[in-house]
Amino acid sequence: MPEQKPEERRKNFNEVPLGYTPEMAIAEAKRCLQCKKPACVEGCPVNVRIPEFIKEVSEGNFSEAIKIVKGTNSLPAVCGRVCPQESQCEARCILGKKFEPVAIGKLEGFVADYEREKEHLPAPELKPATGKKVAIIGSGPAGLTVAGELAKLGHSITVFEALHTAGGVLVYGIPEFRLPKKIVSYEIEALAKMGVEFITNRVIGLSETLADIMARFDAAFVATGAGLPSFLNIPGEELQGVYSANEYLTRVNLMKAYKFPEYDTPVIKGESVGVFGAGNVAMDSARTAIRLGSREVHLVYRRSRDEMPARAEEIHHAEEEGLIFDLLRNPKRFIGDENGRLCGVECVQMELGEPDDSGRRRPVEIKGSEFTIDIDVAIIAIGNGSNPILQKTAPDLQCNKWGNIVADTETMKTSVKGVFAGGDIVTGAATVIQAMGAGRKAAKAMDDYLSTGNW
Amino acid sequence: MYYIHSNDLIQPTVGRMVVDAPYVAEHRKAGQFIILLVDEFGERLPLTIADADKEKGTITLIYQIVGTTTAKMSALKAGDSLYGVAGPLGHPTEVEKYGTVVCVGGGIGIAPLHPISKAMKEAGNRVINIIGARSENLFILEKEMAAIGDENILCTDDGTKGRKGFVTGILSEIIEREKIDLVVAVGPVPMMKAVSELTRKDGIKTFVSLNSIMIDGTGMCGGCRVTVGGETKFTCVDGPEFDGHLVDFDGLGKRLKTYEKEEDEAYNNYKHKCRLDGVKINE
Repeated sequence: MPEQKPEERRKNFNEVPLGYTPEMAIAEAKRCLQCKKPACVEGCPVNVRIPEFIKEVSEGNFSEAIKIVKGTNSLPAVCGRVCPQESQCEARCILGKKFEPVAIGKLEGFVADYEREKEHLPAPELKPATGKKVAIIGSGPAGLTVAGELAKLGHSITVFEALHTAGGVLVYGIPEFRLPKKIVSYEIEALAKMGVEFITNRVIGLSETLADIMARFDAAFVATGAGLPSFLNIPGEELQGVYSANEYLTRVNLMKAYKFPEYDTPVIKGESVGVFGAGNVAMDSARTAIRLGSREVHLVYRRSRDEMPARAEEIHHAEEEGLIFDLLRNPKRFIGDENGRLCGVECVQMELGEPDDSGRRRPVEIKGSEFTIDIDVAIIAIGNGSNPILQKTAPDLQCNKWGNIVADTETMKTSVKGVFAGGDIVTGAATVIQAMGAGRKAAKAMDDYLSTGNW
Repeated sequence: MYYIHSNDLIQPTVGRMVVDAPYVAEHRKAGQFIILLVDEFGERLPLTIADADKEKGTITLIYQIVGTTTAKMSALKAGDSLYGVAGPLGHPTEVEKYGTVVCVGGGIGIAPLHPISKAMKEAGNRVINIIGARSENLFILEKEMAAIGDENILCTDDGTKGRKGFVTGILSEIIEREKIDLVVAVGPVPMMKAVSELTRKDGIKTFVSLNSIMIDGTGMCGGCRVTVGGETKFTCVDGPEFDGHLVDFDGLGKRLKTYEKEEDEAYNNYKHKCRLDGVKINE
């Protein structure tokens, strides 16, 4: 697929891939072998009927194709962009054994974009109203999936969102250049057209508890996400210029600090930026810093390249854009100037020792190898815990030792009758599509519960 | 949208806005705050709730015009709307019968202090209000505070209203005079620090209410972190009130200055735009 050149895209927040033309999509779709037992479908957490939709694409029937995709995936324009296809559907593609696998994700994105830009399919037909009221707490990918599925079945849906814009991590976390926000708002508008009510600026668990919600609704789905940033717990983290990735990305994405001062929210545009961590959020943060005009951006990671958890495509894109990989380096302390502003980070060099519990070789410090990198912005992207607000005032809701809500893996039922949960609040930080997979399972079980009353 | 009922200047650079926010008005407790967005380009600004009317579904916000957001607020009129109001957020004040409570407010901090002082009085405490400002033209809520306190003492740095001097001087006189069970201090960081240093000597329990830089207000971003008793706390969900004897005020003061340069740039940009559009600026 054609892409913006690295030297161009370093300076803007537009999407990196430029998208298929219809001819290119048809040509790519024709590569599909139409396997009788499609392994790709098993590789998809929501089991999109992949060969069927690709066959329609190959024949130029894009409207039919999107209907098939939407049958099991309510957010295809999002998934086509942010799913890790290389470890899911495309990893199972037979063609991939000898050649490149079919670009399933790109085709999914293409048909979704076609629908949004050219076709404007009418809202799906809703089943007759059941009179059952469902509360969804959190409007990220898990919550939106449940909202869509249950609205189609005729239930009355209210989504509560703490921020002023619905979408959760899709709007505050994932940058514009990976997922344009107009795509997310289009999906939310589509749900609103189906009758889903969105109440923004509302935090559940403070004034109103889960019990208050259950007194007003027949069932609830808790999808409050992994919103508790982890810090490195090293000296100097209070300095100006030290950000959690959540704060940095929220400022730039949700609050549009990249358009400051047209938008009022600022972010420090560092001359030299250090990003700590090596997952997708670290890549998003680093590539954002590059686009904000930083002279150099360092990725500081205590293991080696092979252990980096980010998607290969993200690492590749970041490297093309000029990210400096400081691998086998561990931060020891942040250094500030007399005004409390960050000016450097002291690191120590590491070497790989014996494998640890995760099977990855454990990084070990090389004594006496301390050195300093001059940075004026630090972005800490080493993961997130579960947001505890709702659980604190819901004593009957069972959680594990990390604070994640305990839910049945098939039905997503929690320890409280009528309450289901899914997404990062159950699994810990994971992917958009895994959250959507949980949402689909929950929606099915919630519909059963609402129809039968059996818990 | 959040409809504005009234918005007036109560001092040359201090505004009072009454705005529709029925959910907040219904649920808010003393010490809690909201986060507002003035328009779709706005930042998320935390502001303490100065007052609320459950029946009318309105809340009162008192703000000092110091930058872009508050200048934009002051330009709004009755009939306009705010883009967003989220809340109530944060822990309410621990209101109980302590005995004699001294409420110390400085400058715009008198606005958040007002509901706390009122709740302390309603809980049966003897309440002494010490309120101060730099100068008379920055003094707010004098009458409202006077209606609450068993004793009310006013002061200004320049002596233009009440006694000349700082709130800490008056507080130390009162501590010498009688037994104090609790001090609540809300105001600029140096004031809260000085009050906490003073009460530490006599071991008087002291609450301070912090106004950190925030975004989401739900503990998701960690931008409002402050060191309390050697531990990192988030003002939005662990506060906004903390034990004044444990807060690292110097660290907080430095973090509050993070965006000084950007804030000046944005404010100058806004004022320039206003001049071009012929809009009057209250500054």
